[in-house]
Formats: sequence, C-alpha cells, structure tokens
Amino acid sequence: MKIHEFQGKQLFRQAGVPVLEGHVARTADEAAAAFKKLGGSIAVVKAQIHAGGRGKGTVIDNPTQKGVVIVKSAEEARAAAAGLLKKKLVTIQTGPEGKTVNRVFVEAGCDIARELYLGIVIDRSACKPVLMVSSEGGVEIETVAEKTPELIFKEPFNPAYGLDAFQVRKLCKKLNVNGPAAKSAATFFTSICQFFVDYDCSMAEINPLVITSDGLMVALDAKIIFDDNALFRHPDLLELRDWSEEEPSEVRASDAGLSYVKLDGNIGCLVNGAGLAMSTMDIIKYHGGNPANFLDVGGGANAQQVTEAFRILLSDPNCKGVLVNIFGGIARCTTIASALIEASETIGFTVPLVVRLEGTEVEEGRKMLAESDVDIISAVDITDAAKKIVAAVK
Amino acid sequence: MSILIDGNTRVICQGITGKAGTFHSLGCRDYGTKMVGGVTPGKGGHDVDGIPVFDTVEEAVQQEGANATMIFVPPAYTSDAIIEAVDAGIKVIAAITEFVPVLDMVRVYRKVRESGSVLIGPNCPGLITPGECKIGIMPGYIHQKGKVGVMSRSGTLTYEAVWQTSNLKLGQSTCVGLGGDPIVGTNYIDLFKLYQEDDQTEAILMIGEIGGSAEEEAAAYVKEHVTKPVAAFIAGRTAPPGKRMGHAGAIISGGKGTAVEKVAALEAAGIVVAPTPADMGQAVADAIAKHS
Repeated sequence: MKIHEFQGKQLFRQAGVPVLEGHVARTADEAAAAFKKLGGSIAVVKAQIHAGGRGKGTVIDNPTQKGVVIVKSAEEARAAAAGLLKKKLVTIQTGPEGKTVNRVFVEAGCDIARELYLGIVIDRSACKPVLMVSSEGGVEIETVAEKTPELIFKEPFNPAYGLDAFQVRKLCKKLNVNGPAAKSAATFFTSICQFFVDYDCSMAEINPLVITSDGLMVALDAKIIFDDNALFRHPDLLELRDWSEEEPSEVRASDAGLSYVKLDGNIGCLVNGAGLAMSTMDIIKYHGGNPANFLDVGGGANAQQVTEAFRILLSDPNCKGVLVNIFGGIARCTTIASALIEASETIGFTVPLVVRLEGTEVEEGRKMLAESDVDIISAVDITDAAKKIVAAVK
Repeated sequence: MSILIDGNTRVICQGITGKAGTFHSLGCRDYGTKMVGGVTPGKGGHDVDGIPVFDTVEEAVQQEGANATMIFVPPAYTSDAIIEAVDAGIKVIAAITEFVPVLDMVRVYRKVRESGSVLIGPNCPGLITPGECKIGIMPGYIHQKGKVGVMSRSGTLTYEAVWQTSNLKLGQSTCVGLGGDPIVGTNYIDLFKLYQEDDQTEAILMIGEIGGSAEEEAAAYVKEHVTKPVAAFIAGRTAPPGKRMGHAGAIISGGKGTAVEKVAALEAAGIVVAPTPADMGQAVADAIAKHS
C-alpha cells in the first residue's frame, strides 16, 4: 500500500525522523493560508500524487506548470496551487495519462547545503532490510545505480536490533558527513530504520535527503510502501489509503481476491497461478498477440471469483477475446468449467473464448463444457491455446 | 534416491484441523505419504479421519517420530509455526501459507538457516518425490518417477513443467516449489547442491521468473559447480517494469530483474533456456542430448 508524501511526513514526525513544517491544502485559498501560517519568506508547493518524478513532471495542457513550485508569497502559493489542483500531472512514473492532483503540500523552505539520497528495501539475497545512501541526491537513483554504483553505500540491518552505531559512522565517513551533521545523521539513520521495521514497510525512499546550512539532516521527501501482508498489524494505516490513486479495475479485482494488472493489449487472460499467468502472457506475445491484462484467479478459485474475473476482463473495451488457461491443482477443472458456464449464462460472452484445461478432474471438466451451450474454442495445450486466441482476435 | 523426502519420511500437518489443512493432509495420505499426525493447539487428542492431532509439534515428534511438516496455519502465525517446527527438530518444513509478512520471514530466516532444518516456502506448493512422498498441494497424478529434478518459484507453472517432463517420459526425481515471496527458506543454489549429489537426478530444470537476482546467482553457481545437464525457463518476458505480477517478488524495478538479463546469464552458464512455457520439457531433453 502506498501513501502520500504529506502522510509519510506526519508518520515520520511521530517517529522522530526530522521533517520540515508543512500543511496540506485542497484549495488555492488553503494554500495561501498555509503559506502565511508557515510565516517564512519562502515555501514549496508540492503536488500530492502516488508517483515520483513530480519536480520534473508537468501538468497536461500546461507544460510550464511543474509539480513542485518554489513560492515567495501567499499569492504565489495560491497561484501554484491553482495551477495544480484538479489538474492531471504527468511524470516519468504516471504514464502519459497522468494523475489527478487532489491536494498540494505547502512546506517551509530551508537553506540546503547538500542533497543526499536514502532508501530502505528488503535485500532478497541478504534476506535483511538494507539501508542505502548516496551522495548523489535529488537525481534518479536508477541513473546513479547504472552509471556510478560506487556512489551508493549499503548497510544491511537486523530488524530486531536496528542499525548499529558503527554502521552510522561507516556511512557518514563514506558520505563525508562531519561535525554536527554527523550527529544529526545518527538520529536520522537510526530512526528511519526503526520506522521501517515498526510500520512493516517494504520500501522507504527519501530523495532528496538534505543537510541544511546549520548541519541538520531533514527528509525533503517521503515515499513509502507498506507490506500489504502486514497491514493486519496496523489498522491505523488503512485510513491513509487513497482509493482515488488506484486503478478501479485493480481495486475491484483485489476485493474479489484476484490478482489483476491492466495492460494495453487486446487479449484478456484468465489463469490460475502467478507464474503460469505471466507465462501465458509471454506465449501470447510469442505468437504475435498482445495481452490485455495479467489475471491470477489464485489456487482455490470459486465460481463467484471466476464470474467476477470475467466481468472485469469484459469491461475493458480493448478486450477482443479471452484466453482461459487453467492447470488445476487445488482448483479443480470441474469448478472452473461450471463457473465458466455460470458466467456465460449471467453475463454472456460477446468475444471469442479459448479454453485450455489441464489437471485435477480435467476429463469431467472438459465434458461439462462440451455438453454445455457455451460457445468456446477448446485448446489441447498452452501453445495451441495461444495460437487460437491470437487468430481469433485478428 | 531422491532429495529431502522419500517413502520413509514421516509427515505432520500444522493446521490440520483447518479446511485446507484437512483436505490436503488427506490428499497426501491418499497419494501414499506417511501422514503420521497433525498439530492444532487446543485440539490435541482428537483425530482427522484417523490421523492423530497433537497440541504441539514436540509431542508429534516424540510420539510419532515426525521428521517433516507442512504448514497451513494463517499468515499471522506462520513464522511462529516454522520456529516451533525448527525447535522440535523437524528436518523438512514446507510452509504452504501465502501472504506472510516479509519482515516475519527476515526474523525466522536466520534461525532456520542456523538450524539443521530445511524450510521450503512460504507461499509455495510444497515438494514431492513421485511414487514415494507428497508434501503439499500439487496434483499427484501428473508426476512420474524419473530423472529430472524440478524447482520453481511458481506453483501452477511447475505443474505445467512436470506434466511436460512426464509426457516426454523423463519423469521427476524430486520437485520442489520454492515459493513466490521475496524471502524464502531455500533457494535454487541450495537445491542445485542437493540435485548434483543425488544419484537419481540426471538432469535439472529450474523455473524462474522476473524480479530479484536469484536466477543470475544460480547461473553463476551452475557454471562453477554443476556437471549435470541443466535447463531453465524464465516467466515474465513480456511483463512491463514497475508492475507486480502476482508474486511479491515478481517485479522489474530500476531496470533490474528483467527476463533478458536472466536468460543471458543462464545461457552464458551453458544452461538450455526454453523460449516459451510450452518448451520446458523439450529444453530438458535438449540439455540431456547436448550433454551426452
């Protein structure tokens, strides 16, 4: 689960991770009021969307309007907010359609001496969370990782003990952070690692992490992703979820216990198991087609889930045909077959349907489909299925 | 022989009185697995269709000589169930449960690795030595006793691969579903070591997917240490970056973990890579032919 920057910073503040003062605004007037409330001569107005690259991103139809604007008066804050709110912002992470800005964050300015990068992820090879910092802040970390990987410094840590003091000293030495800034870094690094553990994050990123001219380390950004599997431990976090940021069909699928990702092709896919679902997409593409989605109905798919899966697939106007690929394990082919028949009766198929069944109770499942009125093209294996659906949508 | 489990393995199920636990315990017993017990705290003394239920794993070990377990407890309690099995000295632990918090796995990972136990999963179909012992949720009938060691991060894709090797009459020695989560108890390299040592295993099929670097690390290991024929497949060649494809681990981020990189690493290590998921069985046959 992702949250907004301003929400992340509220959590940071509670956890003792230093941030600047700031206020959320939903209207241009609120943004102007927020500027006055901060009381400084400079502030930053930042679009709040679940995507990075906002500083360089621009509003659709208004390329001079950036997603992050430095303002020096309440009037400038009002103008910046007016230019962003209810508009679609396009960044490198949003795709060309952009994301609607419903809120801006008006944050106090500060005197920046250095810009660094900080990220925490789970290192799958080390099987531990790892704190990564870089002297190259403010730019895309992927670029740094590619061109100058030696400028990214990593320290894995045990979630039970957190980051050790010597690890902070190692990182400060490598980053050339000295004096009062090193003291501030000790607080910052330790508390952000503790935050990561306490909130069951799967990713936390602060870019840029700045050192102010008076030697204070402060988070100027807060990009956090929580581990969905651990949300049961954090019921308070659920209130921070912003449904408007999520693809409606993906939310609908998730409610039905389906794993769905919308793609831009025209062949709808309904598969059990993530690996097989990915492979089904691959073989469709191999035979010259283009998948409209990734959809895993899971191991124990039931009739309601399969029907809902069809509804989601068929609601995509790009979908010109559907490929069902089931290798029954826990899910029995008979369950899938009766769900297919039921779905056909309740919603009706308007596009060609290719079905490949294999696994538990396959003979009975095939027989049920053959004896039903459902208009299907049956396939004997995964290659046959891919070729048939590609031909059917042409 | 086979790896990890065989006809003498004595299996229990943690969470046996739950719906899935009961269903699959009976399924494993029907296959021929020695299901010697189950564990559900508070239900000790009962039985599930004749399989005795204990309150603790320790009791199941003491009274039934259990040495393997499959875990079906809910995600919030899975890490505790794993540690309980380790503590009781269970040798092979298959955690079937999905949606386990990743930091829970970070916490148990080291304890498991420092013990004498092997953890398969979580979020996996389990493991099977055809004709001898099935621990998990895979359909038994698609398997055939034979010579291919199969390992995979995915469930149903493993069935697809197994089915293909059965149809080509190659059969399988032991099939292991490693699990689709970012942190799992056993990785490809652990199993390459075991398959390399195992007489029954004549060829190895590794099924990987996008995300992480486990396949690249395995390729480097194969190049140095594995003398048997190896074939592989990577799922997710067409997955767009930044989109998580079902498995928590299957995501291309920051340009890393792409199928192209993985295939290149595998081929550089002399591994035969199947171009499509329909060619996994054939890739094993090709690897064997190329080797002899």
